[in-house]
Amino acid sequence: MLETLRTAFRSLLSNKIRSALTMLGVIIGVGAVITMVAIGAGASANIRQYISGVGSNILIVIPGAPSAGGVRQQAGSGASLTLQDAEALSRESFALRGVAPEIYSRSQLVYGNMNWSTLITGSTPSIFDIREWKIDRGRFFLEGEAKGGAKVVVLGATTAKNLFGEEDPIGKTLRIRNVPMEVIGVLAPKGQTPWGQDQDDTAFVPLLTAQRRLFRRTTANSVQRITVSAIDGDSVSEAEREVRAILQQRHKTGNGREDDFDVRNMAEMLDAAAQSAKVMSLLLGAVASVSLLVGGIGIMNIMLVSVTERTREIGIRMAIGARTSDIRTQFLLEALLLSIAGGVIGILLGISASKIITGFLGWSTLVSPGSVVLAFGFSVFVGIFFGFYPAWKASLLNPIEALRYE
Amino acid sequence: MSLIDVRDIVKIYTTGDVELRALDGVSFSVEAGEFVSIMGHSGSGKSTMMNILGCLDVPTSGAYFLDGKEVSALSKDELAGIRNRKIGFVFQGFNLLSRSTALENVELPLIYAGIPAKTRRERSRAALERVGLGDRMKHRPSQMSGGQQQRVAVARALVGSAPIILADEPTGNLDTKTSGEIMDLFVELNGEGHTLLVVTHEPDIAKYSRRTLLFKDGRLLEDERRHLHA
Repeated sequence: MLETLRTAFRSLLSNKIRSALTMLGVIIGVGAVITMVAIGAGASANIRQYISGVGSNILIVIPGAPSAGGVRQQAGSGASLTLQDAEALSRESFALRGVAPEIYSRSQLVYGNMNWSTLITGSTPSIFDIREWKIDRGRFFLEGEAKGGAKVVVLGATTAKNLFGEEDPIGKTLRIRNVPMEVIGVLAPKGQTPWGQDQDDTAFVPLLTAQRRLFRRTTANSVQRITVSAIDGDSVSEAEREVRAILQQRHKTGNGREDDFDVRNMAEMLDAAAQSAKVMSLLLGAVASVSLLVGGIGIMNIMLVSVTERTREIGIRMAIGARTSDIRTQFLLEALLLSIAGGVIGILLGISASKIITGFLGWSTLVSPGSVVLAFGFSVFVGIFFGFYPAWKASLLNPIEALRYE
Repeated sequence: MSLIDVRDIVKIYTTGDVELRALDGVSFSVEAGEFVSIMGHSGSGKSTMMNILGCLDVPTSGAYFLDGKEVSALSKDELAGIRNRKIGFVFQGFNLLSRSTALENVELPLIYAGIPAKTRRERSRAALERVGLGDRMKHRPSQMSGGQQQRVAVARALVGSAPIILADEPTGNLDTKTSGEIMDLFVELNGEGHTLLVVTHEPDIAKYSRRTLLFKDGRLLEDERRHLHA
């Protein structure tokens, strides 16, 4: 066996360029499988990480799609949710840890000669806890400031950087829609969402300030969204039931009447996104494995050529006592060596390609040991599968004719 | 008991509707230690006879006892085993593996016999020294002359201690002088007790042997014994 292995090695080495080109098919196939799966796994991991960063127990309540004269408006555009709904939720529920009514709008922030347009959210201090924001410098605004409509603002890291650069923003006054506001805190950065949105490009102001001074909502007390968090991950569905029940009671809906609000489960949505990323990566992997298959056909092709070229050698070996199985093993081993070597190089290529993609495109990639084992196993299988026919053909040669072959 | 005993061997090749009787009832026997030449023109059936004697092919009918064992009805793999243990081949075109050294070529039959590497090496060295190539072990066929390559092939035939050495036109690709050298080597080996069968169409080569089997039209025409050549 060892001898056969040596023979196989030597015959591959004696035709270096051909062996290398043959391996290339497998190399590209394995490399592609690993890279594609790594990209998919990276995206899934990203989403999961985002879920844990954003708080996995979050429910978002938005107004329903109102219908005006039979024409349905966009979901969330109604004004059916109020500050009182939020207060009722925090008062009457058991499974909720935090409730934050929100109104938001894009607006321009001006400081000196700098200006920056960002999403400004007016809410209560509990929003920081629910969304799991950490403070970097300064402080969050307080319950009293929220209720009293204090003219203070907490900036996201990106916003702070764009307005103040290296300057310390704490205590500085900037203007939003001509209202002077004092910067009291800067949030610790969270990075991007899986779909590439900068979460730190944001600013928070007290709810009342936003309602009264900044956005001047037409319907007093209406809010655009209520974000709530359940006590823990297990009570999310319980919390969802409670939120529905309380709001249905307050809005006199349910029992046949359509709800004028909608409860969305963040974790579920993101889970779905993670799922689809996974499916995507499987799909990419499947496409990539087609190239592995093509690589296998390349091996078969070359092995067939090799068998023909070495007919005489096969004849000699048979004449001096090689059994059918000896010849078969020899050629099978050559095919296997090609595919294993290709597989190993392909794995290295796939890992480095993943790193390069992360480095240059900024996509996160994750090379899982599972995909490496799978790709390697598949390349071994390809070697055996596509090596078998040429090896079998070689073993069936008639020694007399093989010896006479020119 | 004879080393080789063939009885009424018939070999028929069928191509489409045409039947070709390559051998038509051949019987003879060879004792251990003989030096036999097999002669005949092309088409006489001598090559077919040699393929059957070498266990590369099986007869259509008839019996072939090799070293007391009936081998005419064995499977491919069983024949491979017989070839490995009982027969050493020397071919006209040398038939060495071009990528392997002389030593590796000689080792080849021992590899298929499953002999451990150390013993293999020792026996191959001894065989190469026996044919006078002790200083060429690491050379590849392309680095050797035709005569030297044929000596490597003889060493390969010797190394497995096969009872029979079967040579098919061993001098066909060699000049007269080198042919003489190879045939002298055969005579020497015969003197040491090896049984030799040489297929040839050259009477000069047949003269080295002590017995000549002459084939014509698939039959054994003559079985001539003579004393050692002058």
